[in-house]
Amino acid sequence: MNESVLQDILRFKQIIEDKYPELDQIPAYNSLCLVSLESLRFDALISDLKGLYVEMFAIQMPKKKLWNIPVCYDLSFGLDMEEFSLDKKMAIPHIIALHTAPIYTVYCIGFLPGFMYLGGLNRSLEQPRRADPRLNIPKGSVGIGGQQTGVYPQQSPGGWNIIGNSPVPLFDPSKDNPCEISVGDGIKFYPIDMAEHQLLSIQVDANIFKLKSYQTDDSSN
Amino acid sequence: MIQVIKPGFLASIQDKGRFGYRDSGVPVSGVMDEVSAGIANTLLGNSQDAAVMEITLSGPELLFETDTFIAISGALLSPTLNDKELYNDEVYPVMAGSVLKFGKLVRGIRCYLAVLGGIKTKKVLGSRSWYLSVTGMDHLSTGMNLEIAENTVIKKNPKSAKIHYHNSSVIEVGEGPEFDLLTESHKAQLFNGIFNIAKENNRMAYQLKQQVYKHSYSILTSSTLPGTVQLTPSGRLIILMKDAQTTGGYPRILQLTKQAIALLSQKSTSDEVDFRLKQ
Repeated sequence: MNESVLQDILRFKQIIEDKYPELDQIPAYNSLCLVSLESLRFDALISDLKGLYVEMFAIQMPKKKLWNIPVCYDLSFGLDMEEFSLDKKMAIPHIIALHTAPIYTVYCIGFLPGFMYLGGLNRSLEQPRRADPRLNIPKGSVGIGGQQTGVYPQQSPGGWNIIGNSPVPLFDPSKDNPCEISVGDGIKFYPIDMAEHQLLSIQVDANIFKLKSYQTDDSSN
Repeated sequence: MIQVIKPGFLASIQDKGRFGYRDSGVPVSGVMDEVSAGIANTLLGNSQDAAVMEITLSGPELLFETDTFIAISGALLSPTLNDKELYNDEVYPVMAGSVLKFGKLVRGIRCYLAVLGGIKTKKVLGSRSWYLSVTGMDHLSTGMNLEIAENTVIKKNPKSAKIHYHNSSVIEVGEGPEFDLLTESHKAQLFNGIFNIAKENNRMAYQLKQQVYKHSYSILTSSTLPGTVQLTPSGRLIILMKDAQTTGGYPRILQLTKQAIALLSQKSTSDEVDFRLKQ
């Protein structure tokens, strides 16, 4: 897991998108998969892509977005929080502080529609997946699996340690762009209480909630 | 309109699939056996993108409320229209009020029902393929009403293309991105061994009963496709299918051809699979 490898992949993706808009592109930690629905001349494409890769260092990196995502760490949501706290010998408020401090990077979206693999977890919060995965993890559950953290965008089976819940929708198939967050974006969690969680849930159900994002000026690229 | 009287074991509406959303984690979905679904659509003069009903193992009972034409391809599932026997790969007119039923499963496991002009259920993210977290449903249920095209005049249908390919156990594959991780003994096991399909086989993946040697290679989560063969550390082989997740962390050792995915889609628990590397 390496941020500069990811930046390299995203830059390559951008330049391929301009030249080959018909290709589907699926970026991940250290790979970029291209899918063509039409048959094509494979060797010609490969040599052209190699050329593009060399040229691409001149291009400007697209600005990435930073998303603020509310998380309620109430124990009624955090199914594994007490066990996690005992295991880590860390008080729950301290866990929450450490979990909400970093700006996480979206390295990959997969497993489920809208499921983000986030890198940047504080090392002291790393925790192996549960030995027995749960059959039904509720929608919005926030979990830790190994070195990664993330939000289950819908109810699903899963093995991550659940510490909270976010009421905001991360995947909405009724929208043209069902998943607004992209690989490379930054994610910042902020803590909310039960009452705020309920209020936001009502706003989401009434379709008046809007996920907020900021352009970050990443001049290092 | 088609009304579902009985749903059968598992039937769903599928087209060629949902493309352009894999980077949001949305599986491609779509018909498992593109060859058979393509034949049914071709017989009716439909576009290859027209949505069909994919019927698995046991058939539904359907009431047609509109005049149309139908064609059935893929698995042999003893269909009858108003109790009259139908044949696969033929075009039949259907009058409003007719009832289509299915009977004994004779060959294959996935049967495709195409109607003139296609099934017109709602498109979500550019596709009519049912996938639970995108379309909110993934199988037929009693009382459902399925929109179909209103065409009643059939164009002169193109020459039918009957292909009887279901009997072969040979699954043609190319090398996957992590093929080079395999040792010679792994390769010998893969290409000389005989494999059988495990009971874990569905629209997401087909697992194989026999395992190959254990290994300790791992990869960072990367993209997977329908037809990708994953090798787990315990030596288990998992062939991903149309509803599979878009990423995975197991080495991707082989990749099935489109034809091989279609062929495998007609196979079921205990059926034999022989991998053959494409030259």
